[in-house]
Parts: sequence; C-alpha cells; structure tokens
Amino acid sequence: MLLVILEHDQGVMAEAAREALTFGRTLAGRMGVPMHAALIGSEEAALVAEAGAHGAGVVHTVVHPVLSDFGPEAWGEVIAVMVPRLAPAAVLAGGSDRGNEVMAQAAARLDAPFVANCLDVDPAGWSITRIQWGGSLLEDVTLSVDVPLLSCGLHAVAAEAAETPTEPAVEEFEADLDAALSRTVVRDRVVLSAGVTLSTAPVVVGGGRGVGSAEGFAPLEDLADLLGGKVGCSRAVTNNGWRPHSDQVGQTGTRIAPEIYIASGISGAIQHWVGAMGSKHILAINLDPEANIVQKADWAVIGDLHEVIPAISEEIRSRR
Amino acid sequence: MRICCCVKRVPAPGARINVTADGQAVDVAHLGFTTSPHEECGVEEAVQLTEAHGGEVTVLTLGPPEAAEQLRYAASVGAHHGVLVPTDGSAWDPQRTARALTSAIETLEEAGGPFDLLIFGNESADSGGFQVGVRVAFALGRPIVGGIKGIEIDGTTVRARRQTDAGFEVYEMFMPAAVGVKEGINLPRYPTMRGRLASKRLEVGELAIEAPQGGQSMRRLHRPADVVSETVILGEGPAAASAVVDVLADLGVL
Ligand SMILES: Cc1cc2nc3c(=O)[nH]c(=O)nc-3n(C[C@H](O)[C@H](O)[C@H](O)COP(=O)(O)OP(=O)(O)OC[C@H]3O[C@@H](n4cnc5c(N)ncnc54)[C@H](O)[C@@H]3O)c2cc1C
Ligand SMILES: Nc1ncnc2c1ncn2[C@@H]1O[C@H](COP(=O)(O)O)[C@@H](O)[C@H]1O
Repeated sequence: MLLVILEHDQGVMAEAAREALTFGRTLAGRMGVPMHAALIGSEEAALVAEAGAHGAGVVHTVVHPVLSDFGPEAWGEVIAVMVPRLAPAAVLAGGSDRGNEVMAQAAARLDAPFVANCLDVDPAGWSITRIQWGGSLLEDVTLSVDVPLLSCGLHAVAAEAAETPTEPAVEEFEADLDAALSRTVVRDRVVLSAGVTLSTAPVVVGGGRGVGSAEGFAPLEDLADLLGGKVGCSRAVTNNGWRPHSDQVGQTGTRIAPEIYIASGISGAIQHWVGAMGSKHILAINLDPEANIVQKADWAVIGDLHEVIPAISEEIRSRR
Repeated sequence: MRICCCVKRVPAPGARINVTADGQAVDVAHLGFTTSPHEECGVEEAVQLTEAHGGEVTVLTLGPPEAAEQLRYAASVGAHHGVLVPTDGSAWDPQRTARALTSAIETLEEAGGPFDLLIFGNESADSGGFQVGVRVAFALGRPIVGGIKGIEIDGTTVRARRQTDAGFEVYEMFMPAAVGVKEGINLPRYPTMRGRLASKRLEVGELAIEAPQGGQSMRRLHRPADVVSETVILGEGPAAASAVVDVLADLGVL
C-alpha cells in the first residue's frame, strides 16, 4: 500500500494533506496498490472521514502524550517506526514546510533518501520529476531504495475528492515513543492577523526597485486599499529595507494567487515570477517594454509607475 | 557562544535559468554567484546573536573551491571563521552532503569544542531538498526545527518562532540545538569597509571529506514549459489609466 501522511493542525486538516491524498490516489493507481493514510496525534472522526472521501481505504491513527501538538521530531519518528511495521510500498506527504520537514526527519532516522516536491512519479524504476529553484527548474531523479519517501509539490495538483468515497477502516497504531521527543513540540501559539493576507488577497499591487523608496509605496497602498487588496514587493525592495519581508513575493517570499496582480517597477526575475505565476491575471506597469514581466503579463502599461498608479486611483475614484 | 552556520554557493540567475547541453547543471556561463538567501539571513542571525551574547561564528560550506568567495562574504558581514569542504563542483545528493557536513562539524567540534547552535537555511535555493539540516542535526543528536523567523536566547534555552498562516508557533529547545531559518528573520547588513578588510584577511580552513553517495541520483535538469502570453499593451503613461480601470471592472475587482 501507499501510505499518505495527513498533515493537520490540532485536528484541522491542511490543504496540503488533501493535495497529497489526491496525488497519492493517482500514484497508488499506477503502483497497483491501495492507499492508506496515517493520522498522527489525532483520532478526529472528521479527519478520518475526509481521508476516506479522498480515497484512503485504511487510516492508521497514532495517539501518544508526546503527540499532543505538532512536533517535527516526534512526527518523523512515528513515520520511521511505521515503515518497517506497516511495510508500505512508498510514503507520501504534502509539500508544505511541515510535510517536507517531517519526511526529512523520517528519512534521517531511516537513513533513506527523501525526494521533496515531486511533480511526477513513475513507480517503475522510481523515475521522478521534482521541483528545483522553487519551480523555476525541474530535476529528473531516480531512486534506489526499498521504500521511497516522497512529498508532492505544493499545489502540484488541486485537491479533489475521490469519485467513490470510502468509509475507511481505522487501525490504531501503537508506538512506543521516547518522551524526549517532546523537545521540539510546539510550546505556544500567537495569533496575529485575521482577515486578508498577501497569499489570499484578491488583488495585489506589487512594487519593485522602480518604486525607488519606502515613501514611494504610498500611492501603491492607496490603490491597494481602493481595491480591497494588499501591497506586495520584490526582493530588491526588502533588501533595501523599504518594505518588510512579509510583503515579498517570490521563491523566498510569499506565493500569491490573486484575481489580478498589478506589478509595477518589477522586472520579473524568475525567482519573483515563481511567486507571482499563481495569479489569475497580471498587469505590468514598466518603463521598459522588453521587461520579462511585460512579456509574461496579460496587460501592460508602458510608463512611469509614479504617474500611472495615481492616475489609476484617480480614475477609480471618479467612476464611483 | 559558538555558532556554526551552513551556507551553499548558488548561481544568481535573472529572467530564466538555462541548463547546459548535457542537462547536468545550470549554465553559469554568464551568471554571478551568491549565498542562498535563507542562509544569508542565517549568517546575519548568527552574527547578531554573538554580538548580543558573545562568542564566535563559523561558516561552513561544501562546494567547489570558488565557494570560498561566499565564506569571505560572510566574514565581511561579521563571521569569524570560514571552513570549506571542497568538491569537484558536481552536485552532491542530500544524504552525501549531510554525511560530509556532519563529519566536518564533528571535526570542528573536536578541535574547538561543541557548537551551541547550528544554523541552516530552511531549504537551499537551487536544489531545495528540504533535508540537509535535519539530517545533520539528527546525526549529531541535536533538536532542530525549521521555518524559523525569530530566535531568542535565554541562558541555555533557544526560543524559536515559526511563521504560520495565522501568526506564529513558538518552540523551546535547550542548547546545543539547531534551527532551519527563513529569509525575513532579519535584514542582512551590507559589508562595511572594515568588513571588507576582515574578509581579505580570512584564512579559509579546508577539510577534505569523502562521503558515500545516497540513494537519489540526478539524471537531468530541464526547464518547465515557458509561459507565453499575448500581452495587450493598454497604453503609455497615465493616459492608459482609463483602459486599466476598464480591465479591473471587467474582472469584477473594482
Ligand atoms: C536564490 C534567489 C532567490 C530570490 N528570491 C526572490 C524572491 O522571493 N522575490 C523576488 O522578488 N526576488 C527574488 N530574488 C531576486 C531576483 O533575482 C531579482 O533580483 C529581484 O526580483 C529584482 O527585483 P526588481 O524587479 O524590483 O528589480 P530590477 O530587476 O532592478 O527591476 C526594476 C524594474 O523596474 C523598472 N522601472 C524602473 N523605474 C521605473 C518607473 N519609474 N516606472 C516603471 N518601471 C520602472 C525597470 O524597467 C525594471 O524592469 C532572488 C534571487 C535569488 C538568487
Ligand atoms: N553544499 C552545502 N554546503 C553547506 N550547507 C549546505 C549545503 N547544502 C545544503 N546545506 C544546508 O542545508 C540546508 C538545507 O538544504 P537542502 O536540503 O538542500 O534544501 C541549506 O539551507 C544549507 O543551510
């Protein structure tokens, strides 16, 4: 069987887990084996049901005092203990930070390879295509190993329930875990912002080096406010200290997925692009008609953002 | 406090990443090199922690001899020591890299005493395996948490913050410990004049280490399909504002 790790946060299933189940269903089909799921630190009926809705035939639940909350070492140890006992043909997690981290922990414990962020997995000979450079480059690898440990790239597939949902059998998995594993369990949580975030904003107004200064972002803020959106920026901007890193879009920043991304004064370097390409539409504002972002955008305005952006805001106000 | 920060030399591509004809490497003919961004912040964090609590920062890299450049850069922003584990420049798989870095850290600890904190990037910018730090920390018996965007040291306790969608999670580990950090944990400083001198004077230590290959073999690198877009030019300058607002109206975001 293929074992899929169900990422959840205190009993609430992560989108990455649904993606992993969706990816896993196809993979299990290609392998000709059933799909099972592992539910670590929870027995939530709702999670079990959702795993079934996504095609898992059996859910292995593990509860233990050190699994009271998420802990990368404890979760990794559980997977490492499951591999020899449940003898899965492969193990798959979602490609979120948590998913990749627990698989790395399991792999370290098993001294086995772990392939992060797979896009395509051919079980015959384990030829795999995976993501490098946050998606700007792909790598084909092969694996020589008994039980491949994999994660699927985040959003590589859209989560989708199975055509025929199952009511999974629940099997309790007894794990004898060292209490010392609690040393990396979450101690505390701080909730900061509710509401629209950069990753969920319907509109993002982005500014790059072309904005020129921290103060230069005021018109972008104004436009974002008018559209109920958020301001994003390039790494050139954060490196200059004009905006906090939490505004950065890209490989080492946030991945955005707005209805429209208005990218101004941004050249569209590949590392920025991988964070922006999830946008449904892109409008570029740039002095340079040859800029990479202009080439990739749906619409472009060639001109100085310091003039164009205020003019757009003014036009919106005049129409209201 | 003794801190070891592991950094990787990576190319700095622009609009696209090109691959060599044999598909075995990124074509770096026209590219500069840099330190992987999360790790650049790792070095800054290490330097700030030693500025606050005393101690020394050792920066460790496994790569071609040219990776000494990244060690010198780290020295220019305040790192005290730089150590290179030289390779022939070929990409090592994650298990092999982790084994070699583990031996390197063991060797450095035998000579200079244990490191209180090991700092890694959450993932390397190029290969992005999301695992080398975890493997090294596990082999050395140290606790590690990734995704860290804030570190406070209080006596022997490391309090580390990890960003989540809603805010952050807090972890507490006793040193010796390890973390995987993310860009945004700080804003790395630029080298000063004095820093540049320090970087010239840095004696790069070298540790020749062989390590057995792991089970993952790279076959080929290739680019994802290019995005081709028929860009509609809405106009030039502020005169285009009306056309822009028409588009926004059509999309229903007004
Ligand atoms: C490993 C790695 C990871 C990285 N991760 C990220 C990341 O997550 N996010 C990210 O953004 N970058 C990232 N980068 C950096 C990236 O390579 C680029 O350096 C960066 O995105 C450039 O920012 P920019 O487009 O604002 O600046 P530039 O490339 O300098 O472009 C400025 C643009 O503004 C235009 N312009 C100038 N003035 C005006 C004006 N008045 N009006 C209109 N247009 C104007 C210019 O024509 C130009 O196109 C990463 C780099 C590396 C090596
Ligand atoms: N060649 C290397 N030299 C030094 N550190 C490395 C190297 N490769 C990976 N690392 C460290 O391990 C982290 C995770 O790398 P990876 O598993 O490739 O994503 C990086 O952010 C670095 O801190």
